[in-house]
Amino acid sequence: MSELIKINHLGKIFKTASGDIVALEDINLSIREGEIFGIIGLSGAGKSTLVRCINFLERLTSGTVFFDGKELNSLSEKELRLVRRRMGMIFQQFNLLAQRSALDNVTFPLEISGVSRDKAKEKAMSLLDVVGLADRASSYPSQLSGGQKQRVAIARSLACDPKVLLCDEATSALDPTTTRQILDLIAKINREMGITVVIITHEMKVIEQICDRVAIIDRSRIAELGDVSEIFTRPKSDIARQLIFPGGRLPDNFEGSSRIRIIFDGKSSFEPVIANMVLECSAPVNIMFADTRDIGGKAVGQMVLQLPESEQERKRILAWLDLNKVNWNYEEDGGEETT
Amino acid sequence: MKEAFTAQMFGVYGFGLLETLYMVIVSTFISYIIGLPIGVLLVCTDKNGITPVPWLNASVGFVVNIMRSIPFIILLVLVSPVTRAITGTTIGSTATIVPLVFSAAPYISRVVEQSLKEVDDGVIEAATSMGASPMQIITKVLLPESKPSLILGAALATITIIGYTAMAGFVGGGGLGTIAVNYGYYRYRTGIMIVTVVIIVALVQAFQELGLYLSSRFDRRK
Ligand SMILES: Nc1ncnc2c1ncn2[C@@H]1O[C@H](COP(=O)(O)OP(=O)(O)O)[C@@H](O)[C@H]1O
Ligand SMILES: [Mg+2]
Repeated sequence: MSELIKINHLGKIFKTASGDIVALEDINLSIREGEIFGIIGLSGAGKSTLVRCINFLERLTSGTVFFDGKELNSLSEKELRLVRRRMGMIFQQFNLLAQRSALDNVTFPLEISGVSRDKAKEKAMSLLDVVGLADRASSYPSQLSGGQKQRVAIARSLACDPKVLLCDEATSALDPTTTRQILDLIAKINREMGITVVIITHEMKVIEQICDRVAIIDRSRIAELGDVSEIFTRPKSDIARQLIFPGGRLPDNFEGSSRIRIIFDGKSSFEPVIANMVLECSAPVNIMFADTRDIGGKAVGQMVLQLPESEQERKRILAWLDLNKVNWNYEEDGGEETT
Repeated sequence: MKEAFTAQMFGVYGFGLLETLYMVIVSTFISYIIGLPIGVLLVCTDKNGITPVPWLNASVGFVVNIMRSIPFIILLVLVSPVTRAITGTTIGSTATIVPLVFSAAPYISRVVEQSLKEVDDGVIEAATSMGASPMQIITKVLLPESKPSLILGAALATITIIGYTAMAGFVGGGGLGTIAVNYGYYRYRTGIMIVTVVIIVALVQAFQELGLYLSSRFDRRK
């Protein structure tokens, strides 16, 4: 897979009356053609700034951005406008033109690139069909639901046959069901039209549902980057753990000394493992914490078990886990006692 | 009171109304030709606008503010040399159009600026992300998206200009204002003055209603 977007040592500083704000620092990323790439981070981490640097809505302070082999820094405003047409963008607030119908919103980017009215209409109709809104072509944004507005925005972003679709918190204003539908639509567009997708979000479940790879941004820097299933299985940074196990459900908070952490890395399905272990070792365990999910059809996640009091039962369980090639390790503070 | 309703007086009112409409419509039109681009310029060159040029924004804003702070009746006297140079006279309805434009154009530029500023930044950002040029953003986003507000602003501007024409009547500006002054003030024909005032009030009301109607008619947000 070739690289569609390459970002080298990108830095962005906002100069404001109250001093400089460092929004991004030494960002290095490459986004491959055809993938769905996620960028996650807490609010204010710099995600929107990063995506706006990709299509140069924001000028970089330092570093370079390559898109489709072209270095964007060296382009004039006019050339940049042409490049931007190859990058679709959708937003949290949809940003539709309120005084234009759904159809005319979709023809807008075609109009500004000089496509004839008839051709633009035809193209727009077919795109509204792709997003499932052909029957609402003459409705105005105020007559559409949030999910429908985002569908129109998606159709609009596809009008000029972009190579990439940039989504800045595109589902953050939507309810969970609509979020799922919109993500499904984006995944379908990625699959069927071969459009690379960059998803910006603060929600891990969005990443989990459709992304192949993810970069975690924390305080202006990339904290971690890799395959989604890898990061879910073995989060290395604090921020990654915080995003994967939100709301203080961090396992370190549990009482007790003899605990182990089991890691499901997608090779096994997890439920029978615990059930079989308890049955075959005839020893009870307490599940202290579990966060396991289905990512791209694979079972991944973690579980923290409180082992029984009896030394023998513990040994039996650990031996069984090793025998069955289950990935486990001691929880920090319980580790020494059990060895 | 009877004297206010003679056939002759009806002729006078009718002519006055036409003169007032002539002044109002022509000066509103010319003021928009000048004020609309200035309003657009004020919005675009703002530090958060699509093409920030702070010094230009500040200078134009300064001139507009100065023009706006001069009371109309003083402006009318101040610009009389210009009025004479353009129309050859300083009295009558055509001559009054000149100070009306001087006064209304800066006002209209602020009204237009206000309307354009109501356009959501996100929508402008979306257009930019689609590769729209600043000119395209002005003609295809800023102006069409603020159409309902621009129409209301135009009604407001027209009403303000109606008020100015009445004032201009005091110094021979023509139209209903002159009738009110000549008959009501100088000749104590209160009835005639009341009738002209009622016509002016009705005119204001009509423009207000028309503005509201057209604005909501063209607004797709509801
Ligand atoms: N135009 C701007 N001027 C000044 N500071 C900004 C601007 N845009 C963003 N920032 C600052 O940059 C940081 C990152 O913002 P942003 O990229 O919007 O974060 P996120 O999208 O991750 O919530 C924040 O501290 C924000 O206040
Ligand atoms: Mg953001």
